[in-house]
Amino acid sequence: MSFSAVLFYILSAILLVSAFRVVTAKNPVHAALFLVLAFFTSAGHWLLLEAEFLAIALVLVYVGAVMVLFLFVVMMIDINIEKLRAGFWRHFPVAATVGIVMMAEMILIIASPEAGLDSFGQAAPAVAGVSNVKQLGLQIYTTYLYPFELAAVVLLLAIVAAIALTMRKRKDTKFIDPAVQIAVRREDRVRVLKMDVEKAPAKDAGSSEQQQA
Amino acid sequence: MITLTHFLVLAAVLFAISVMGIFLNRKNVIILLMAIELMLLAVNFNFIAFSHYLSDTAGQIFVFFILTVAAAESAIGLAILVVLFRNLNTIDVEDLGSLKG
Repeated sequence: MSFSAVLFYILSAILLVSAFRVVTAKNPVHAALFLVLAFFTSAGHWLLLEAEFLAIALVLVYVGAVMVLFLFVVMMIDINIEKLRAGFWRHFPVAATVGIVMMAEMILIIASPEAGLDSFGQAAPAVAGVSNVKQLGLQIYTTYLYPFELAAVVLLLAIVAAIALTMRKRKDTKFIDPAVQIAVRREDRVRVLKMDVEKAPAKDAGSSEQQQA
Repeated sequence: MITLTHFLVLAAVLFAISVMGIFLNRKNVIILLMAIELMLLAVNFNFIAFSHYLSDTAGQIFVFFILTVAAAESAIGLAILVVLFRNLNTIDVEDLGSLKG
């Protein structure tokens, strides 16, 4: 067995075990950490497939950003794990049956000789001096320029939606709406009273000097 | 020798595990979101494997866009989850009946 084959089997074992632990872990924090492991291992697989840019993007975007977001949310909210785990083992036979049947069906289709996947054989060896990142960049900025711009809009939409959903009015803020400020009229604020003139009390000269001192 | 079939079988097993996860964790929205992420990962595996064995980068560009959409999806999903927890003090799927759908 070649080195890449050994690497493939080791990475696959880690990936499948960690994926299984994601869905069966008792503690959601552990599930999130196993998901990190699964993504990291997948990045290794993608490197085997010579998709270097996406492997690095997977580590940076998923492990670096999305999973940290997951961990933040999991640790921020205080959930009763026992209540959420109720019915876990009751659903297990159904889940296992569905999962195994689905897996068997897909494997039978993929591995059957009629699928003709053997004709793919080995991939063409990578040409020296051709970079995967450069190829992807050329494609993205020429052929797929409009989808790329749309992806940027999708990300902007996600930012706006996430902020709009989670932002709430603070009670202790001193913010005043400028429109309300401008709309104020003099009559709302100042009231002129008619009253009789009163004689001011005579001031004591000594006390005023004391105040100045 | 690692062939295309190896990677497709791996992706199929990964997908089946995440389907199992959705059945098992019917109450916990966080784990459901994680299972969806695993499913997307399995799909990405297929794209990249075919892209490699066909020597065509189009599959990798598709994965790039899937990653973008998945990141947006999980950000909005987690935001909804936080708002949900703030209002109902639970993330149990069975308590979310207020829409009466």
